[in-house]
Amino acid sequence: MPDTSVQEAAYNYAYLDEQTKRMIRRAILKAVAVPGYQVPFGGREMPLPYGWGTGGIQVTAAIIGRDDTLKVIDQGADDTTNAVSIRRFFARVAGVATTTRTEDATIIQTRHRVPETPLKEGQILVFQVPIPEPLRMLEPRETETRTLHALSEYGVMQVSLYESIARHGRISKSYNYPVMVNGRYIMSPSPIPKFDNPKLDRSPALQLYGAGREKRIYAVPPHTPVKSLDFDDHPFEIETWTECCAFCGSRESFLDEMIVDDAGKRMFVCSDTDWCQERQGHHQEQKRK
Amino acid sequence: MTDAPLLQARDVTKHFAGRVACREVTFELWPGEVLGIVGESGSGKTTLLNCLAGRMTPDAGSVAYASASSGVVDIHGLSEARRRLLTRTEWGFVNQDAREGLRMGVSAGANIGERLMAIGARHYGDIRGVAADWLDRVEIEPDRLDDRPTTFSGGMRQRLQIARNLVSNPRLVFMDEPTGGLDVSVQARILDLLRGLVTNLNLSAVLVTHDLGVARLLTHRLMVMQGGRVVEDGLTDQVLDDPRHAYTQMLVSSILPV
Amino acid sequence: MLPVLRATGLTKSFVVHAQGDLALPVLRDVALAVSPGECLALVGPSGTGKSTLLRSLYGNYRPDAGSIRVRHRDDWVELVGAEPRVTLDVRRRTVGFVSQFLRVIPRVAAVDVVAEPTIRLGTSETEARRRAEFLLGVLGIPSRLWSLPPATFSGGEQQRVNIARSLIADYPILLLDEPTASLDDDNRNGVVDLIRQRREAGAAIVGIFHDAGVREVLATRIHDVTLPQTPAQIPVGAHP
Repeated sequence: MPDTSVQEAAYNYAYLDEQTKRMIRRAILKAVAVPGYQVPFGGREMPLPYGWGTGGIQVTAAIIGRDDTLKVIDQGADDTTNAVSIRRFFARVAGVATTTRTEDATIIQTRHRVPETPLKEGQILVFQVPIPEPLRMLEPRETETRTLHALSEYGVMQVSLYESIARHGRISKSYNYPVMVNGRYIMSPSPIPKFDNPKLDRSPALQLYGAGREKRIYAVPPHTPVKSLDFDDHPFEIETWTECCAFCGSRESFLDEMIVDDAGKRMFVCSDTDWCQERQGHHQEQKRK
Repeated sequence: MTDAPLLQARDVTKHFAGRVACREVTFELWPGEVLGIVGESGSGKTTLLNCLAGRMTPDAGSVAYASASSGVVDIHGLSEARRRLLTRTEWGFVNQDAREGLRMGVSAGANIGERLMAIGARHYGDIRGVAADWLDRVEIEPDRLDDRPTTFSGGMRQRLQIARNLVSNPRLVFMDEPTGGLDVSVQARILDLLRGLVTNLNLSAVLVTHDLGVARLLTHRLMVMQGGRVVEDGLTDQVLDDPRHAYTQMLVSSILPV
Repeated sequence: MLPVLRATGLTKSFVVHAQGDLALPVLRDVALAVSPGECLALVGPSGTGKSTLLRSLYGNYRPDAGSIRVRHRDDWVELVGAEPRVTLDVRRRTVGFVSQFLRVIPRVAAVDVVAEPTIRLGTSETEARRRAEFLLGVLGIPSRLWSLPPATFSGGEQQRVNIARSLIADYPILLLDEPTASLDDDNRNGVVDLIRQRREAGAAIVGIFHDAGVREVLATRIHDVTLPQTPAQIPVGAHP
């Protein structure tokens, strides 16, 4: 089915009405002013259910403009059903150019990964977030977690890391690894692998996080310190592989492990499809207008 | 002898829906003293304890505490942030039901280490070492360090709760029936432990109990409450050996001899 | 020598509320004074208030009226109506009390029971234990019992632990309530010896001694609780 890049006349630009976009932009400004702080916002009904990226879509809809170029990835891949659907959605309702090349995008909406290609100033990374509250598993009460954030009472988070070491010999959390933003708020970086956490630290790009079901927006402005929590004698470490990517040979990217036949043969492949294709050298231009 | 009381309660009064729970309670607690509050159910002793410990706000009166770093503070005039910090550092609160004072889903070590981590401790090995030391002090086997309190007996949970509170070297500990509901032999062990810790750490404490034997063993001073009022007070031996108020005399004479 | 303990006008009644507020007067306008090196023996038939008087001097019973002044930390301290912490401090440093009954604390070893009062005053644990063991030895408690809690000891053994505990710190003032009550002859002599040594070292002692022979050895003066007392009538230096 062809991608229409002509904006649908039946909808307001980028689907949301102007007042809603203003409300979301106000929330975004507030979030940027207080890095890592979860700002409640009046989330709207979107044409897909909760759990499918409604938060990310609302954030993107509020900031996207005609001159933008949008990339959408889902666990690193541009070609999954969801990534394709969302990209096509914005092409229709915002009439924007879309791309699979990280370098060419002005807005990148992502589910659960940060692109391998280093981001530049001026780019915006929009994260889809399921559970915005990093303390939720430790403290179920919203009233209490808000108080803990307000008072910087983060002992409970350190306790959970201690417990992980006590039980597993190391901090076993491998995704959605909690971070301290700007030395003040503990934040959930969304379920990205901990491999991606260092990319958030002082990134030149703007990071926006949208949780549709929980109706929270938070942000990390460019060049902000983002530190992964740890202990002095159990410092934060990212994943490593003994293999390299079977397609492009990369040893620096996050690799997905795939079982390729009934005998259990494994293959390791870059999760970031754009990165992999760039390295392979035969990248097809997909810029459309 | 120091020259300032650690805790000063003045006319502390609390109502619940028109009924007075505690009325105009006034006393001073000095460093190193253990004050017992005895009374039967409905005497207002637990309400008073909660007002003293900042868990409830009195309707009238004041509670002043001589803090380590900021002089005398009005407990109920503090911001919530400061009061919560005080509760985690300079104070302890031992609940009758240990489950209310523990994180049941994390290990004993994590429970004890939490206060340290809350004030910035970041070396896992050191935290674990301190926690192990405290387990030893409260007579829990060292190999239980990584076990969760769900696997502990009632007495062990209570001892863990005590360790969790004392790890931050509090100056003042509030205790609400710390041995209530436990078997007699378990009680004896915990009382003995508390006695030793109070003496060795020079703790001050306010202890609510309905058990005069516990009061005799642990407290230096005693306040007897009836119907929300303090009807008699003095040194523990004075109140128990020379009771003057009718209610106190009745309490003392009601103890079954062994 | 000047007295270190001086009581005047001590009056006490026990009011038993359960019996219709029945008032039992026990002490009436009692006065006494004790100086270092003296041992004042309280005499009189049972029920006449000897124990009440002794306990009042310790601050255990509270008089209805009167004054008890004690020489404490180089100053005079009034015990009647005193703040709890004052009385506690006086008991820690100045006045020791031997009651007839050892309050048994479960699980604490005899040597630790005895050592505690001096550890509280700052003595090191090792030194305190050494002194405790010495006293227990002098009082005839076999060493195999030192690390056991006294709950299972005989009455006489418990009494001797009690005595050791009150003698381990050098209290300037000692109050003794029937210290030899449950002891056999041998042990009694040992205890009497210890007390006499304290008296000779300058302690001021007030005691109730049921046994006339013990009283003979220890007392330097007698206070008959059945006689009305005024300060002028207290005989000084008399010995029965």
